[in-house]
Amino acid sequence: MPLLNSKEADIILDDMAVQIELLKSISYFSGLSLAELDSIRKLIFEKTVARGEIILFEGEPAKALYFVVSGVVKVFKTSADGKEQILYLIRPGESFNDVSVFGGGLNLASAEAMGPVVLYGIEKSDLEVVLRDYPQLARNLIQVISQRVAHLVSLVEDLSFRHVTSRVAKILLEYAGDQNGSRQRLTQQEMAAMAGTVREMIGRSLKALEEEGTVRLERHRIVITDKEALREMAGVAD
Amino acid sequence: MIEMPVIEQEKCNGCGLCINVCSCKALVLVDNVITVIETEECHWCTLCEAVCHTGAISCLFEIVIEENGG
Repeated sequence: MPLLNSKEADIILDDMAVQIELLKSISYFSGLSLAELDSIRKLIFEKTVARGEIILFEGEPAKALYFVVSGVVKVFKTSADGKEQILYLIRPGESFNDVSVFGGGLNLASAEAMGPVVLYGIEKSDLEVVLRDYPQLARNLIQVISQRVAHLVSLVEDLSFRHVTSRVAKILLEYAGDQNGSRQRLTQQEMAAMAGTVREMIGRSLKALEEEGTVRLERHRIVITDKEALREMAGVAD
Repeated sequence: MIEMPVIEQEKCNGCGLCINVCSCKALVLVDNVITVIETEECHWCTLCEAVCHTGAISCLFEIVIEENGG
């Protein structure tokens, strides 16, 4: 087997360092030592997907847990008549397909890339080994799943009790970025899929919020002009 | 550069419904797929996105908080 020259070795070591740095930013791997992260790194595969590419299909066997390294992934359910309900948007450092993989069954929802996305994944069989060998990871998993449940409870509450305009107000607050527009941009269809309504209602809700003076609609921007009033409409505590 | 609707050309089936509904002539068919022309006339009505059956057109909104708007 040919020996690597020092330049080739440096490239490999740099790649390993980058991967470990990325793993450290994922909440699942919080509190693990460098040696532990290095062991886990060998079980992780990388996957790049294009905008609109389906990563997982609802109902197929759950084979792997995924982490977003860059980009945004939407996790959603689709009704028999094609209506879509977004459950979460997964951002860098966050995971998806957790419940499906640990539940041992089928994918509970589908996942689609909202732009170019880089993922890390770990196969279900390797995950079982890792959980057994690193108890800290199991503790982190409990925390992640708890947060996931809390989010779903909040979603059920919104869909059951809040008026559409209130749900839209909450979405605007959650997805607002700074003046540089650093957060995920959304179409009206995507906002509708999050709010559990139809596209036309998003337009009406935005108009209503503008009339209330809480937002201003510019060409391709929704500017929140009164954040506190919008919070009140959304029913969100400070 | 003017922000314009995003077209996923592989999804476009060339039906032309978006061209019919566009009042600012920002959309044209080139080789039977939709292409966007940058124009300040586009006022982001999003009708092209609404009428597209295949989801080929996306009119993306930025959501920002106005400074001193909190």
